[in-house]
Amino acid sequence: MGARRYVAGKSLQAAVTLAFVLTFNFFLFRVLPGDPVGLLAKTQRLTEADIASLQAELGLNQPLGSQYLTYVRETLTGNLGVSLRTAREVTATIWSRVGPTVLLVGLGTLFSTAIGIWIGIKGGWRRGSTFDTSSLYASLALYSIPEGWLGMILLLVLSGTLGLFPAGGFETGGRTGTARFVDVLDHLFLPVLTLTLGYVGQYAIIMRSSMIDVINEEYVTSARAKGVPEHMVRRNHVVPNAFLPTFTLIFLNFGFVLGGAIVVEAVFSWPGLGLLTYDAIDDLDFPVIQGVFLLSSAAVIVFNLVADVTYGYLDPRVREA
Amino acid sequence: MATGEQIRALRSPRSLVWQRRRAAASAHWAAFRHDRQGVVGLGILAFFVLVAVVGPMLIDPASIEPATADGPLLAAPSFAYPLGTDNYGRSMLALMVQGARISLLVGFTAAMGTMLIGAGIGITAGYFGGTRVDTVLNGITNWFLVLPWIALAIALTAVIGPTLVNVIVVIAITSWASTARVVRSQALSVKERPFIERSRALGAGHRHLITHHVLPNVSPILFANAVLMIALAILSETTLSILGLGPADALSWGRIIDDSFSAGALSAGWWWWLIPPGLAIMFVTLSFTMVGFALDEVLSPRLRSR
Repeated sequence: MGARRYVAGKSLQAAVTLAFVLTFNFFLFRVLPGDPVGLLAKTQRLTEADIASLQAELGLNQPLGSQYLTYVRETLTGNLGVSLRTAREVTATIWSRVGPTVLLVGLGTLFSTAIGIWIGIKGGWRRGSTFDTSSLYASLALYSIPEGWLGMILLLVLSGTLGLFPAGGFETGGRTGTARFVDVLDHLFLPVLTLTLGYVGQYAIIMRSSMIDVINEEYVTSARAKGVPEHMVRRNHVVPNAFLPTFTLIFLNFGFVLGGAIVVEAVFSWPGLGLLTYDAIDDLDFPVIQGVFLLSSAAVIVFNLVADVTYGYLDPRVREA
Repeated sequence: MATGEQIRALRSPRSLVWQRRRAAASAHWAAFRHDRQGVVGLGILAFFVLVAVVGPMLIDPASIEPATADGPLLAAPSFAYPLGTDNYGRSMLALMVQGARISLLVGFTAAMGTMLIGAGIGITAGYFGGTRVDTVLNGITNWFLVLPWIALAIALTAVIGPTLVNVIVVIAITSWASTARVVRSQALSVKERPFIERSRALGAGHRHLITHHVLPNVSPILFANAVLMIALAILSETTLSILGLGPADALSWGRIIDDSFSAGALSAGWWWWLIPPGLAIMFVTLSFTMVGFALDEVLSPRLRSR
């Protein structure tokens, strides 16, 4: 059972999942509520003739099978239709928004995992200590706060009352070079802080319970019995093994962080995919909603594949199983 | 020992079962009572449930209708309006009490839906573990696990329309997979135990084995999971509301947050409109999570042993 076969198997799984997403997307928007024209009729007044001509234009009078084939071909060649709101191509609109979201989600994940894992290691190692108990309660409280609302409160206090940060957006505009860079960082601070606070608790809790699981393993007891100093037991025996399950969960959690980012972007008018979705929801701009659904699902599936493959390299037991 | 009771119990298998379940429940309660975190959570929860059940009866329905509300518009907290008023002149206190009912209703019913789907699929997959039924059900579960819930929830809600019932259904559809996974792995281990084989030797069919032997052994874990799911459902409803996909026909806490945000509460500084609903969601979610973790510790043998 080689590593190559493991990777191939996981890739196949991911491909099948992607195919399902593609099919699901087709049926959700075409079959469930009627069809795209039916959805359009929800937002605009259409005459019988309008409906008939639109149906012909979109190929809705063709058999479902050939509609599906057309849809798959168009989607795979990157044609996701036209936005009902701006009349621009959905693919181009989405690509122009990917950058800010990657920046936000990337920094948010980086800070929340780094701080969360540090807290989890420290707390789990000394279970029941003051640090452990207080950080556990803080983590639970942070987990329980809706991210969007947390962002609003930060805006209200730090931007509104104290005036320390801009009230939203990507940049002030009209600046270049270093001044622009600093300006973007200034705008980035509160959204990243919100996302970090929103997820740091979960990672701390996961890492902590993982630490506690590993501390009770027999190899830790035997390491201590051999006379390995405590800080070496922690660094070489406990932390690496406790990190493994946390590592997968970080990737599995990526879908949730993306969800958090959508809300945070809406609150801070951060011009990424989240704000795009928020505006699309307002106008029932279905082609854009569909496009974001496809892209984010694909991103999460690919991330899970990367996690599975990396995990296989980190932990040979997974590969053998 | 009460031999008379034991004999009576022996006469009726059903009462024997119930006696055993009562004993198990009281043992679990005794263990739960010593978990301070769980008891505190249960206390906070009892308060909010009481508010949600009794509170709306004390409110004049006309006072929370936008058309008939007669308070001052956007007044800061005062003696007459302890939490202030919103842009229709409705008392925020009355809205919060009404919102408690809606938000808890969403939490409980969505979690119940999650449990029905998750337990049904999880137990069936686990019971038929290794067969084609398991492969298919497990495949569906994994698919839903991988999909980003928010994207799916947005797409579904936008298509079927944001009503209270639809929001509940969408939350159940997007969150059952993790329950199914937990239940499946538990069912996989339960079905290998000797009593299942004995029961099968005595002629028990699939249906009897699943409902009378696998389900009771899975239900403790299911129960702890359900409590955590209520918290998640309330948070999910809030997220959908802030995105403008909250129940259009019911004023939940999430909807109050969205209304205040959309009305410009941030720039105008109407903090009394924005802060209470978020705090309430935080406390309810926190208490459900605390109770859920405590139940997990009491009911799951793996955690209890350490």
